Amino acid sequence: MPSVKMPRKSTVVDMTPFVDVSFLILTFFIMATKFKPPESVDIKTPGSVLSQELPTHNAVMISFDSSNRVFFTVLSEKDDSKYEAIITNINTTQNLGLSDAEMKQFKKVYMTGVPFANLKELLNTPEKDQKPSEWPGIPYADSTNNQLEWWVRAAKEAFQGEKLDFLIKGDGHSKYPAFAGVMDALKKNDQLKYHLVTSLEGIPNGSELDRLEARKKQ
Amino acid sequence: MASIEEGGDSGHKKGPGVKKAKKLSTRVDMTPMVDLGFLLITFFVFTATMSSPTALDLNMPKDVNDDKDKTEVKQSSTLTIMLGKGNQVYYYEGMLEVTESKNNFKSSNFKDIRKVILDKKKDVISRGKTDLTDPQCIAERKQAEKDGDPDWENACLAMDFVVVIKPDKDATYKNVVDILDEMTINQVKRYAMIKIEDVEVELIKKTEESAGIK
Repeated sequence: MPSVKMPRKSTVVDMTPFVDVSFLILTFFIMATKFKPPESVDIKTPGSVLSQELPTHNAVMISFDSSNRVFFTVLSEKDDSKYEAIITNINTTQNLGLSDAEMKQFKKVYMTGVPFANLKELLNTPEKDQKPSEWPGIPYADSTNNQLEWWVRAAKEAFQGEKLDFLIKGDGHSKYPAFAGVMDALKKNDQLKYHLVTSLEGIPNGSELDRLEARKKQ
Repeated sequence: MASIEEGGDSGHKKGPGVKKAKKLSTRVDMTPMVDLGFLLITFFVFTATMSSPTALDLNMPKDVNDDKDKTEVKQSSTLTIMLGKGNQVYYYEGMLEVTESKNNFKSSNFKDIRKVILDKKKDVISRGKTDLTDPQCIAERKQAEKDGDPDWENACLAMDFVVVIKPDKDATYKNVVDILDEMTINQVKRYAMIKIEDVEVELIKKTEESAGIK
């Protein structure tokens, strides 16, 4: 008589599809991740409904953090000569007496956030020892000593005849005078068009913009 | 009971002398690989910055010293919005009038200001000029139609509507961006950001003191 037997079931699960999927996800994230440049100054930008892409090269970024310190960044991935042009310009106009080696260092400073008087010291500090979070920021509030104005001027001269975008990246908690000071420095250089860096936010339902967008899609 | 039977009398009987080639399993234990894979996924998920920054364009006017170069706006179609401490918004319509009998200085917040802007816009539209032969009006309508504005027919009615934004020194940058954003959301075509006046600073200060805003 044949005896009834339970079929033997293996406890081993075939993990191949699982592994396939997980590695697919892994590949996606590796590809999608864009490492941020080492920003040691924490800036949380406010949100806006505009979804325009940000220019990443041929641009100058002026940032200010929550304690209203202003930093100056040149974004020129393709052309190193811009950095040299800017620092040479600053060196001559401000009589800083920087050496060529010191001026070469400027390219490696991602965010400049010191007054002119401390610039020499900053450029002599090795890259890894630079602590932007401890810097005092570029003076901008005083109208007689608005150093940001000089930086903007140097950048405009260096990029003369080329497209140059000005980006303002501010922390949401910073006070309005910092923003006003930055706008003032730009205005003095006849730079009246600039972009504010924001993070994307959804469009409120039922608002006029929402209706406009809906109409455009039709 | 329901237990898995191991070996025993199931399967072939292995008689003495019957030798079978040892079958090597083709299966590889993938557990460590999966472990590592998920560890990496977790790492990349956390480091990935999904929200890419966007930009808000801002065009500022040049300083003009000559009075005749200044843009004139109609009093009745202006809305002045001031930004103060603690995310507070203050506004008045037309000219600032603070007397014993009349006071058009009001306080609001970022939630309610949208309604204020829209109401004022509607009010201006209802009083707007209907002269369709005006070249400025024609240009305005054309632009609105090109932009795909569903309300383009009313474009020149809202032409006069101007919002003046005046942040005070205690307003945060977020407040400024929020109010500029509000202009986009409500499709306000004309707005200006100018320096706050002392009278207004005083009024805000008084309001803040009475409301206990620090």
